[in-house]
Amino acid sequence: MKIVVLVKQVPNTTEVKLDPKTGNLIREGVESIVNPDDRHALEAAVRLKQDHHGKVVALSMGPSQAIDALSEAMGMGADEGILLTDRAFAGADTWATSSTLGKAVEKIGEYDLIICGRQAIDGDTAQIGPQVAEYLNIPQVTYVFEIEEIKGKHVLVKRRLEDGFERVEVDLPALLTVIGELNRPRYPRIDRLIDSCREKAPIKIWNAADIGVQTSEVGLEGSLTHVMKTFAPKLERKTEMLQGDAKNTVSTLLGKLKEKKLI
Amino acid sequence: MTVWVEVDLCSGCKRCLKACPYGAVEMKEGKALILERCTSCGACLQVCKEKAIQTDVEPRTVPDFSDRKGIWVFAEQRGGQLHQVSLELMGKARELGTFLGQEISALLLGENVAGLSEILIEHGADQVFLAEHSALKDYRTTAYTKVIEELVKEYRPNILLMGATHIGRDLAPRVSRRVGVGLTADCTELSIDPQEQILLQTRPAFGGNVMATIANRYSRPQMATVRPGVMEAVAKRGKGNIVRHSVLLVEGEIGTRILELVKEKKKKVNLTAAKVIVAGGRGAGDAGGFRVLEELAAMFGGEVAGTRVAVEEGWIPPERQVGQTGQSVRPELYVACGISGAIQHRAGMMNSRYIVAVNKDARAPIFQVADWGLVGDLHELVPEMIEQLKRQKV
Repeated sequence: MKIVVLVKQVPNTTEVKLDPKTGNLIREGVESIVNPDDRHALEAAVRLKQDHHGKVVALSMGPSQAIDALSEAMGMGADEGILLTDRAFAGADTWATSSTLGKAVEKIGEYDLIICGRQAIDGDTAQIGPQVAEYLNIPQVTYVFEIEEIKGKHVLVKRRLEDGFERVEVDLPALLTVIGELNRPRYPRIDRLIDSCREKAPIKIWNAADIGVQTSEVGLEGSLTHVMKTFAPKLERKTEMLQGDAKNTVSTLLGKLKEKKLI
Repeated sequence: MTVWVEVDLCSGCKRCLKACPYGAVEMKEGKALILERCTSCGACLQVCKEKAIQTDVEPRTVPDFSDRKGIWVFAEQRGGQLHQVSLELMGKARELGTFLGQEISALLLGENVAGLSEILIEHGADQVFLAEHSALKDYRTTAYTKVIEELVKEYRPNILLMGATHIGRDLAPRVSRRVGVGLTADCTELSIDPQEQILLQTRPAFGGNVMATIANRYSRPQMATVRPGVMEAVAKRGKGNIVRHSVLLVEGEIGTRILELVKEKKKKVNLTAAKVIVAGGRGAGDAGGFRVLEELAAMFGGEVAGTRVAVEEGWIPPERQVGQTGQSVRPELYVACGISGAIQHRAGMMNSRYIVAVNKDARAPIFQVADWGLVGDLHELVPEMIEQLKRQKV
């Protein structure tokens, strides 16, 4: 079976800080990582391939350094990596991105399953999975936290709901978006990582012409939403730091809470 | 959209061949020839000195959407019960509708759900589009997408809103791709731009570090999913009519089947209803550290919660996570203990009425959003709070 995993390289937004003076993001020194949910997707794909004699293709759209994300994917056990990179892809919203990824998946062809992380920690939209599934006209299941089994032309999964879960049977080919609860991703193997950096490594690099899109369909030009402005979230509180030893500060605090009728 | 060479004007200088990033230009009998690989990027156009390269690509113009009317809200229901977010969205839709002079419609899909129309009308719907069918009983992506697609094509709304729930975040992107429109996820603010009369959609991005305001100029309906608990439901008696939509669904085409629907029977944690929340982060240290926090929460009659770290360490279950990827809460009092205050966590509790922060590090960012800050070890301060609260109760 052939499994395609969509992988995104993202800045580690848990480490990003806001410059208190300018309100701008401080991006220097923030490392690029494979999006956390995508690592769970890769882990799931690699386990399935082991059980079902399959092949895992990792696909990523990004600037040229995103190739590191593909190396990591191959370090975890993906058989092939494909990097979609082109200046024309820049500035894409999820519409344009899903068009680009969709075209690439079509070019890869003959896939049985597409697995992706539910949400990326930079865009935070969780839209790519469903939009790519729609582009390819295949069924989708989101919030997957368990892949029970693959039975012939179906896969049985558990989907997380706010107050429980569903057991869903999906016809293949299908697209699954997965959440962290699914598994514990392995660390990449050093020997595999090194192999993925060799010249003969099975990593392909595709641009707009390779997947047969027009620049008007992708990137900023192909987007249907546009950012009008960005700003720092407002922090409006005047903080009172309580002074003294444990007994005093707590006593002061409880006094304040009483004042506000909280106790 | 194509780019081609006017052969008579071509001087054979090969500038275009060198400029093309895709290798889509060849020389044939001394003249440039553009191949099928061409992506219409325009690089060759810019370098041709003879004006031999031409294109029929037009600059992007905003289409005329003056006939797109109506603010639609997807009325999410599960097992015959309307999700609160749908009512919250109706409240917001009413506001937007008043500004634009347009009507509000609710989309109600399911089986035997007609009775819910009343509630929707009471909360602002001028119209309820009702689609009932056994195949719609429980939410399934392609079934719901098809019905909504049909409604959108027939009635041509201006705006379509959905709650950013597990259903909404599965359905909205599928619908947006199906009907060919832009979608903004998880909005916390919606308003109308007075000049362009388009929907301004504001949402946190970059893990909550930044707020972005987004708009959709080139496609209709403008779609957005909205975070539950942010907008306000408004009940006012009004009149509305019900429009039945006939549903034609082929079970074999839906692609998914729900074999079992399991409601988790354990005590349902409702953080959003809690008046007081005591939350712990890395500073709690271990599960034992959390027991102290639970005791404090109990003294307040509140709930215990925590950061993503606390969940990853297994100190609290995932449903008690507050933050960007957890829940958004707005209790009367939020006591953050041993929490550094990374933006992802702040995004989930910043709107609490009062915030107390306890942390060993005086420079922890959590203090920026606190009303009162105590610098110290929670293992000392929290038991002290419990002790003093006990004495007060006596």
